[in-house]
Amino acid sequence: MQAEAQKASLEVSPLNNDGNVSIKVCGDWILDTKLPDRKELWNQLPSEATATLDFDFSSLGKWDTGLVVFLLGCIEESVRRGVQINQKQFPDGVRKLIDLSQAVPEKQTGRTEEPTSFLQTLGHNTREVLEGVNTFLAFTGEVTMGFARIFGKNKVFRPIDFITILYQCSAAALPIVGLISLLSGLTMAFVGAVQLQKFGAEIFVADLVGLAMVREMGALMAAIVMTGRTGASFAAQLGNMRVSEEIDALETMGIRPIDFLVVPRLIALILVMPLLCMYANVVGIIGGYLVGVLMLDMSTHQYITQTFKAMSLNDLFSGEIKSIFFGMVVAASGCFYGIHCGQSSAAVGRAVTRSVVTGITFIIVVDAVFAVIFHILGI
Amino acid sequence: MILGNRQIKVDGLEMAYGSFVVMRNLDFTVEGGKVTVIMGGSGCGKSTLLRHMIGLLEPSKGSIKFGDFDFTAADESTRDSMKQSFGVLYQGGALWSSMTLEENVALPLQTYTQLSSSEIREIVEFKLSLVGLSGFSQFFPGAISGGMRKRAALARAIALDPKYLFFDEPSAGLDPVSSQRLDDLILQLRDTLGATIVVVSHELASIFSIADHAVYLDAETRTMTDQGRPSDLLEKSPHPGVREFLSRGKTNG
Repeated sequence: MQAEAQKASLEVSPLNNDGNVSIKVCGDWILDTKLPDRKELWNQLPSEATATLDFDFSSLGKWDTGLVVFLLGCIEESVRRGVQINQKQFPDGVRKLIDLSQAVPEKQTGRTEEPTSFLQTLGHNTREVLEGVNTFLAFTGEVTMGFARIFGKNKVFRPIDFITILYQCSAAALPIVGLISLLSGLTMAFVGAVQLQKFGAEIFVADLVGLAMVREMGALMAAIVMTGRTGASFAAQLGNMRVSEEIDALETMGIRPIDFLVVPRLIALILVMPLLCMYANVVGIIGGYLVGVLMLDMSTHQYITQTFKAMSLNDLFSGEIKSIFFGMVVAASGCFYGIHCGQSSAAVGRAVTRSVVTGITFIIVVDAVFAVIFHILGI
Repeated sequence: MILGNRQIKVDGLEMAYGSFVVMRNLDFTVEGGKVTVIMGGSGCGKSTLLRHMIGLLEPSKGSIKFGDFDFTAADESTRDSMKQSFGVLYQGGALWSSMTLEENVALPLQTYTQLSSSEIREIVEFKLSLVGLSGFSQFFPGAISGGMRKRAALARAIALDPKYLFFDEPSAGLDPVSSQRLDDLILQLRDTLGATIVVVSHELASIFSIADHAVYLDAETRTMTDQGRPSDLLEKSPHPGVREFLSRGKTNG
């Protein structure tokens, strides 16, 4: 067994006539044991008249980085105070490590962290936000131009890529969109049924589920699922391409990353979202139907007739039109953060988070705007 | 194209990230049809200089001219068409990971030429065979080794027979034999394509074997300290830092 570690300590001798103070370093100086405080050492020094510090290492046991860092701190402080430290007595290994650490002087990179005031931080953040808005506007402009260029002479459009993207954000998304829509249809019908039963108006569960799905929930649920699924995957994929310099490679080849990567994704989602929305509507209504038939003892015919009676074509259109815009929001937020991703894997993570958060936020905003517009138009 | 001579002239270039100046007062000429190496210690701004030369970053001062053509002052569409005469080999290869090697090499051809797909396939096969990768055209970049990926990226870089070829640390992460093969390839491309080649490197073996001319960037003074043939620089450079670099720090003063 190893011997119990000796506690590290310092013994400071009184000032001698030459202004020397001798400090005896005792015990084991190991990092994770409690080491003496450097500030206390300076407080223990006899007087301002101290000119030289002599360290005595004769009673030193084991030592590691703990001792070296302690001594380095002492040397730094001694320079500030104009006190000499006699480094000759330092153990060989300690002296070599100290020399090594001081061999290359600290580089003035001009990047030292300086404490900033609240106003500075505020100004800095405001500028960052404005720059972000500026970048986004530039992105929107470039994407619009990219759309125009598809029909131009120098188009860069690979049908195979487009079909792959189309598959990934349509057929591959059906199970999860279906599940979420079915569950939201079920839940709405169930909660509605409990309330409506009190008035004996269970039949109106069909109205409730049908209208809510078609006007709001179908488009919204599909869009939110697609933000988490496809928007995030766009951000991660493009972000990774940025990290591995694949986007740089496109740029230096004179191929615009916007045309090549963003436009196909945007088109794919704009095409697919209304279809997904329609699918979500149907599955959601099936959810309501299950509650209606199994829990409320309605007949299939009754439920379907009631659902069709409740909805008009306008209701259907209002959901479909919104879903086109939701598609734009999902694709744009995913691609925007992916393309503007930093050059590290941490930056990819940030890009994905931001794309999802921004995507969902803007979906809700767009939804609210449409609610107002439809209200004014009386749809 | 307007490119009669294939020289690259860097004139009073200053590179900065925000207010942090990476390098200033860069003046040098890359001779047409020669291999010029940009060398210097880690983090001195070699790759940043390369990114400026290929138009990924904007200089804060100065200009870069290709032949008689001022690249820094040109508008975007002119620059895009200029870039068709560039071939760039990135450090990690930067092959498009969702495409096979064939599709990677074919994309520039599909974008900029009117060739039929069978002609393109022939050219792609030829370019892949130049870098010793015939038979690998249907592989995805993730399925081949690092050295092969770099060679495939080189095949893509030379797809359009570029007038200017840029290499960012071609030997980084390669074993000595693969790195030697890549060096030989660079020299062969210089002799056969007549391309002007710029290589960023700190591999001494590679610098001595391929460089017709070398430019040394110094991290301390944040500018270029010397240029010339590497062997001449090793013997006669007035700057101890340059000699130290070229002799792996063995000569002092």
